[in-house]
Amino acid sequence: MDTTTRLTTRRTALLGAAGALAAPYFFHRAARAADAIKVGVLFSQTGGLSIVEKSLNDVTLMAISEINAKGGVLGRPVQAVVEDGASDPKTFNEKASKLVIQDKVPSVFACYTSASRKAVLPVFERRQSLLLYPTYYEGFECSKNVAYTGAVPNQQLSNFIPWITKTLGKKKFFIVGSNYIYPREMAKVSKILIEKNGGQWVADEYLELGDSEWGSMVNKIKNSGADVVLSNVVGDSVVAFYREFKNQGLTQDKLPICATVTSEIEIAAMGPEYAAGSFTSFPYFMAIDTDANKAFVERYRAFVKNPKAVTHHALESSYFQVHLWAQAVAKAGEAAPLPIRNALAGQEFAAPGGMVKIEPQNLHTWLTPRIAQWQPDGQGKIIDAYQAPVMPLPYVAYGETDGAPFCTGKGLDTARLKG
Amino acid sequence: MAEVVFIGLSLASVLLLVALGLAITYGAMGVINMAHGEMVMLGAYTTVLTRIYLHLDILAAIPLAFIATALIGYAIERVVVRRLYGRLLDTLLATWGVAILIQQAVRLELGASFFGLHIAGLGPGLQNVAVPPELTGALTLGSVQVNAFRAFIIGVTLLLTLVTWLLMYRTSIGIQVRAIMRNPRMAAACGIDVDRVNALTFAYGSGLAGVAGVMVSGFKTVFPDMGTPMVVDAFLVVVVGGVGSLLGSVFSAGLLGQLNGVTAFLANDIIARAVVFAFVIAVIMTRPRGLFSQKAR
Repeated sequence: MDTTTRLTTRRTALLGAAGALAAPYFFHRAARAADAIKVGVLFSQTGGLSIVEKSLNDVTLMAISEINAKGGVLGRPVQAVVEDGASDPKTFNEKASKLVIQDKVPSVFACYTSASRKAVLPVFERRQSLLLYPTYYEGFECSKNVAYTGAVPNQQLSNFIPWITKTLGKKKFFIVGSNYIYPREMAKVSKILIEKNGGQWVADEYLELGDSEWGSMVNKIKNSGADVVLSNVVGDSVVAFYREFKNQGLTQDKLPICATVTSEIEIAAMGPEYAAGSFTSFPYFMAIDTDANKAFVERYRAFVKNPKAVTHHALESSYFQVHLWAQAVAKAGEAAPLPIRNALAGQEFAAPGGMVKIEPQNLHTWLTPRIAQWQPDGQGKIIDAYQAPVMPLPYVAYGETDGAPFCTGKGLDTARLKG
Repeated sequence: MAEVVFIGLSLASVLLLVALGLAITYGAMGVINMAHGEMVMLGAYTTVLTRIYLHLDILAAIPLAFIATALIGYAIERVVVRRLYGRLLDTLLATWGVAILIQQAVRLELGASFFGLHIAGLGPGLQNVAVPPELTGALTLGSVQVNAFRAFIIGVTLLLTLVTWLLMYRTSIGIQVRAIMRNPRMAAACGIDVDRVNALTFAYGSGLAGVAGVMVSGFKTVFPDMGTPMVVDAFLVVVVGGVGSLLGSVFSAGLLGQLNGVTAFLANDIIARAVVFAFVIAVIMTRPRGLFSQKAR
């Protein structure tokens, strides 16, 4: 704990030093530095989840520095108050309370896992503050104090399952996942879509989160008669899964793994030869071939001083949500949580992966579904993409459709949910 | 069915591989070594660093990891553990502290990340360990397809077990170790240099953990926290087998591995895990000294 605090202090000191250096050029603004808009940044810098969350923290700071380089918001610089969630939901809750109550920040960019989001949610709802949450998640949430900028199941699956049954011609699904809420909700949505598209699922199996002993499961997949594997496996187990898959003699061309969570990070860790030929559905891939995205990857690598750093979906969302927030603050004209939230509704931004827009009804984000096939070089080749962003439907597993959202400005329509 | 048995065997070999070092440090020396998992982790990182800096593959990393973790184990024994012999709970806390220190050292890249420096192969992220092509994919033995890397692990585990058995039961230092296990003071009275033998035993146990790390790095993920769940499994094996009994560890690893494999085949992995834990609890309740207990100190 002690080392972390010191790390944060040191970083703050560095930021301060950078500010002092810049002072001669921005004397005017430096003089008003007390007026800085403080925002909370809360991701795990230590513990198991730091693997991913450290990168979300870094890219959030990068976006803030970009905004400051352009003169800040409302003429005021944005100042990040960085806290460490330490991969522990309880710590997330404490740090979120500290940011909202003690630092009085109007908004917090925070959380990667659903467990940590659920832990901080009461803080934001009770204090009428605002959380910006960058991760793809299972949906089934309708908070008026959270803006969700990652994908929800319909944005990863409603394109994926029909594509698997029609383009790949695979009909018998083996659904496999880590044993917690996200993979289970994803499986629920998948089954609805599989049946709608004339396929069938032969099994729906889970392995404990963080367990990496795949011997039995892969053997089961091999003998199941399935012709495609739908993977909602999360975290470090992903690596062991793909390795075991290949080592038991299964090949991606006969029995492809179609994944919803496997990203550039896991591919780099397992060695691309294990994943080559498999598929993932995400709204963003590092390999998106646009100038905006290439420039984004370059800026990120320069910012973290690592020429091999990879970008991924949650990282891109972490980046553009800061810019969406800045636009909302500018529109609201004040840095207070509820005006910012109201101004966020309908806000659009040209993100590295294309246009994104906050849906005014449920404060989720319009994103463009894409499917990539992993190549031997560890990058995804985008082989299917929607022309335009699709509407986020956090309750799609319960029958929500574009025309009849369950979650609206008035809150969740629970009557519809039961029906 | 042959495939299920093979998977059980392979689960057992991984369990035994990690438990072997612990059977020495916990079983023989009575030290609850919570840093054992971190020794496995350091072995795995040795594989990563060997490839990056020496351009050698996983096979070359085996002796290097043994030497590196044995040296670190030796240092831990000299600095921390030797002051705590006979104080079981204190060894638990102290070695747990050592475990956290080691984890953070890897995560903070030995402190370099404070200065904005990056050491390739360390840090909080996932590391990639390349496996030689001859050890990937499946071998066909008769009618069964067998995972090549797992077959390799079974081989290495058998070899290490044999070497450890020879060391313990066929060499003079092994006799000294076993004498210390039974009664350290009497052993000292007979002229055995207990300090030295203990340090070497701890170093050997740590070295075995390092080799286990190299092996698991080939199919699991390498990251700073990877050792923590493994130490739990290793303790299960040693406790069920009976503290101080090498044969017991071999037998209980085999039993737990097959139990896990067969239950996973009949039901699923989550139930298999629960069944394994239930079995271990039943063993501890009915035979607190384990299945193959002997009179220990």
